[in-house]
Amino acid sequence: MKQKSFLLDGMPTPFSDEQTIMDAAMAANVFIPHLCHHPEFKPQGSCKLCTVKANGRYVSSCTTYAKDGMEVENNTPDLNEKRRTMLQMLFVEGNHFCPSCEKSGHCMLQALAYELEMLTPHFDQFYPNRPVDASHPEVLLDFNRCILCELCVRASRDVDGKSVFALSGRGITKHLIVNAESGRLADSNFSLTDRAAHVCPVGVILEKRKGFAVPIGQRLYDEKPIGQQVAQLAERTTKVEA
Amino acid sequence: MSAVMEKRKVRLATTSLAGCFGCHMSFLDIDERLLDLVELVEFDRSPLTDIKHCGPCDIGLIEGGVCNAENVHVLREFRQNCKVLIAIGACAVNGGLPAQRNHLDLGQCLQEVYLTGEGVVNGQIPNDQELPLPLNKVHPIDEIVRIDYFIPGCPPSGDAIWKFLTDLLEGRTPRLGHPMLHFD
Repeated sequence: MKQKSFLLDGMPTPFSDEQTIMDAAMAANVFIPHLCHHPEFKPQGSCKLCTVKANGRYVSSCTTYAKDGMEVENNTPDLNEKRRTMLQMLFVEGNHFCPSCEKSGHCMLQALAYELEMLTPHFDQFYPNRPVDASHPEVLLDFNRCILCELCVRASRDVDGKSVFALSGRGITKHLIVNAESGRLADSNFSLTDRAAHVCPVGVILEKRKGFAVPIGQRLYDEKPIGQQVAQLAERTTKVEA
Repeated sequence: MSAVMEKRKVRLATTSLAGCFGCHMSFLDIDERLLDLVELVEFDRSPLTDIKHCGPCDIGLIEGGVCNAENVHVLREFRQNCKVLIAIGACAVNGGLPAQRNHLDLGQCLQEVYLTGEGVVNGQIPNDQELPLPLNKVHPIDEIVRIDYFIPGCPPSGDAIWKFLTDLLEGRTPRLGHPMLHFD
């Protein structure tokens, strides 16, 4: 039987049944910007960074199945402009001060901002007040950097079987919460060995006493921009992310 | 070549508002290229010249965010006088380190630092009319005036500043690729 394929920015791209546009693109070593997608977890299409134009319609590539003969636009000025704007909104909604962040150089939000040449957050800063949770002996929670991707929610629920994290609230009041009566991480059954401790694409869930372990210049996204690290993104493991 | 035909030097002004002068230090990191730069530009107001007020300029480089009333005046003076205004460094771009105070109450900050803090004896909150009043919150400069270009980084490297300025001076759209574009 003929191999099914679709056109990704004009390139014939093969796919198998049950593969999304994102899956097929990653398999073909083509980068589609994304934040909430992770190959290990069920996609939810919430960050919208992976929006592509499939047969003329804007869709999340991580939740849209590839179809034979489909025409998909990905790396276009129009889409990248929209993605940049979404990044800018994420930056101003939280407190993203890269110079003081332990995740800097390993952060997907930052790496995407570089990739899409975001030079300024453009919008007025919200400067929200989000106290950190340093209660846990091994892990720090810095909510200032949360982008609501729900990777920790999915990892804790689907892999660890603990459901330590959830999102609460609506719209701009939406925020990450911890499943404990006190709301503190120390009072949950969270552990550093949980999968959820190692999936945060930004600097919210951080192992204590381990910050700034890799020198500037040798960090993940110092060496190569994220757009050239599709293989690494496709094969993300605890080791790489730790 | 007659004086009339000689290419006029571009006038460049620089200042640091709520910054640490780190971006200016990084600017000096262009090292011997400073000699190439002074062939092309003439410095107006800048810590390098000690000129106190900005005259009509082609390019203004602003380091630091806006944390007090004087910062607002200086920034507006630059905007009025510079054809192209560039935000340089994390503080100018997004408030940076000084903006980390934004979730704290300013009055309580001043009280703790000058009155009730550990080891403070006979303290008083500074209240000289020479001192500019602090703003309630620290702001990136593009929340006060229009900014034409942004060079992020804490600080941006000398190479990044050089690339950006030479692109601009030679009429290209300034562009920082990997690895010169960084936020830390």
